[in-house]
Amino acid sequence: MKGSEAIVKTLLKQGTDITFGFPGGSVIPLFDAFLDYHGKIKNVLVRHEQGAAHAAEGYARASGKVGVCIATSGPGATNLVTGIMNAYMDSSPIIAFGGQVPVSLIGNDAFQETDMMGITLPITKHNFQMRSQKDVVPMIMKAYKIASEGRPGPVYIDLPKDPQVGEVNGDLPKEVMIEGFQPTLQPNPMQIKRAAEAILKAQRPLLLVGGGVIIANASKEINELLELLRIPAATTMMGKGAVDERHPLILGNVGMHGRKIANYASVHADLIIAIGCRFSDRITGNLKTYAENAKVIHIDIDPAEIGKNVKVDIPIVGDAKNSINALTAALRKLLKKSQESEWSKRMRELKATCDKCVKFKSSGIHPKMVMDELNKILKPEDIVTTGVGQHQMFAMHYIKRSKPRTFISSGGAGTMGFGLPAALGAKVAKPNNRVFCIDGDGSFQMNIQELGTAKEEGIKTNVIIMNNSYLGMVRQWLEIFFHKRYSQVWLGKVPDFVRVAEAYGLKGLRVTKPSELGPALKESVKSDVTTVIDVHVEQESNILPMLSPGGHLKEAFGGCIKAQGQFF
Amino acid sequence: MAKEQKHVIAMLVEDQPGVLTRIAGMFARRGFNIDTITVGKTTKKGISKMVITVIGDDRTLEQVEKQINKLVDTIKVIEMPADKSIIRELCLLKVALPDKKAKEEILRYTKIYKTKIVDITTKDVTAELVGSPDKIDSFIELMKPFGVREISRTGVTAVSRTQNGN
Repeated sequence: MKGSEAIVKTLLKQGTDITFGFPGGSVIPLFDAFLDYHGKIKNVLVRHEQGAAHAAEGYARASGKVGVCIATSGPGATNLVTGIMNAYMDSSPIIAFGGQVPVSLIGNDAFQETDMMGITLPITKHNFQMRSQKDVVPMIMKAYKIASEGRPGPVYIDLPKDPQVGEVNGDLPKEVMIEGFQPTLQPNPMQIKRAAEAILKAQRPLLLVGGGVIIANASKEINELLELLRIPAATTMMGKGAVDERHPLILGNVGMHGRKIANYASVHADLIIAIGCRFSDRITGNLKTYAENAKVIHIDIDPAEIGKNVKVDIPIVGDAKNSINALTAALRKLLKKSQESEWSKRMRELKATCDKCVKFKSSGIHPKMVMDELNKILKPEDIVTTGVGQHQMFAMHYIKRSKPRTFISSGGAGTMGFGLPAALGAKVAKPNNRVFCIDGDGSFQMNIQELGTAKEEGIKTNVIIMNNSYLGMVRQWLEIFFHKRYSQVWLGKVPDFVRVAEAYGLKGLRVTKPSELGPALKESVKSDVTTVIDVHVEQESNILPMLSPGGHLKEAFGGCIKAQGQFF
Repeated sequence: MAKEQKHVIAMLVEDQPGVLTRIAGMFARRGFNIDTITVGKTTKKGISKMVITVIGDDRTLEQVEKQINKLVDTIKVIEMPADKSIIRELCLLKVALPDKKAKEEILRYTKIYKTKIVDITTKDVTAELVGSPDKIDSFIELMKPFGVREISRTGVTAVSRTQNGN
């Protein structure tokens, strides 16, 4: 069989029946092979390759499977780059295929030749170039293994034309071995024992739940651990949904735009048990003052994350699920009676206070009102994606999630335009779940073209644009840190998003009054096609409290924090 | 402040195109400085050994090791502490021969340092010196007054020292 057919067969064998891609000269043979496997494998034809990469990531994060995207050589491949980088920062398993000039022309600057190996090197977990048809099957199998095992991440495959058209022996090996890739999955029992002892000795322990818990499918396990210990837990944005945020001891998100109670707990804890998080600057604020009075237990599958940013007292390398299970088992042996400590009681009380203390004045629609309305209709299994900006932080702050893989947002990369393609990918992965994309007017316009994909592929999502005619987050920073000197943040009143949606054959709804929010959401959900709700929110509302970049967590200000430095 | 010092790291890597770029790129990206780098074949086909010296404190060293280990093409990484390793570098050094007196002096030094004279003309002499980087440094210092015309150092390579009695 031809190499292109072998690619399709290998994809199918690895469990991929949906890809996201856009054709071009150098991947014509590959898409040709798709026709012969009609009904078995399907490519979602996107409108821009960036959309393909984000959709593949949305698919991967909603399903836990590897997402696949395909682009042609040159600009097609470079358009994938932002999406690959996003997947790299957020540890999402995707495989990106990019076309390449024929092997014989590599190095000659032939039409569309681009050094994609060089370009993707620092933003992939690994990359491959297929130089012969012999590479086809083993390379793809290795790519799946690398993308999905250990700490997941993107793998790029450079795909010249020749291996696609050359004859391949179609036999698929059962397993591939990669000598240099053997992630540590089981935690060290001695370290687990030390961690368990430290937890029982701590007066004010705080569990910090990161995205690794979701990736490892360890929500059940972490809930068991919390039930046993009855200690408070905070989440990073990537960890949102790993634990039920409606629980009185789940404090919500920490960090720069974190909830007051979560940051309060971070500052006052004497032990932080971080699982599957990498202590990004958005979580820690100033590294010198982060956890200055606390011991740190850090559980992560990637040894390089441990000790990279924060000094760790008890490092544990292992898969989150295995590690949590081991920790729970060790604690069961040591713990005589499970009871709530004074600290936990206080956190419970403060969280309740914090839930009530949100105050805002608004003449029009405050972004929080949108979140409140959404919370009313959201079911636990509904999936929420976001773009990047103020709307994202409002969503992180106020949208309540209780199940893993139901909040999909661009974390480490902060990629504007992530929301819509990620929503499409998520819907494709979970056709029976409702998908909501919360976006900003600025962010949405960065991949607005994917409305075409939503229409033509019949992918139903609900898009809520928090339209303030500004690049809101930058405007907020300019207001707070640059004395309101607004530079390059006014987007104006264009486009008319309702008419854009209609132009794509979709449904558009406009909301200009708070009373219209609820009905619009209901109408959107009922509609068969992707619906864009253009919500005209107050133009200059801020997401607060917040922390200046690099500040001490206790210096968070604004919103329900009455005076800087005073949480409660 | 943690102490900055030279660390020698040895690694076994897949002998594949781009592997050097991956490692060098990682160093550059994360702000680690490569002092020297050498690569050579091993007895196993398809596996190369790379020896890198890097300057930094213990924390930097730990991160370097972990980040190298993360690369899929890396099979094994080990630090080579000076007291438990044999560390060598080769240096080719061309020194001017201004007069007879200088020539005698230079040749005397080359004997002391056990260097091999690999080329000699009326104008200059080229010495080949194998030793620890420190030894090479001090030989170069010694030659500087005569006029060093050209120099080429390979960077260090290393093997572990077998402990007696084990």
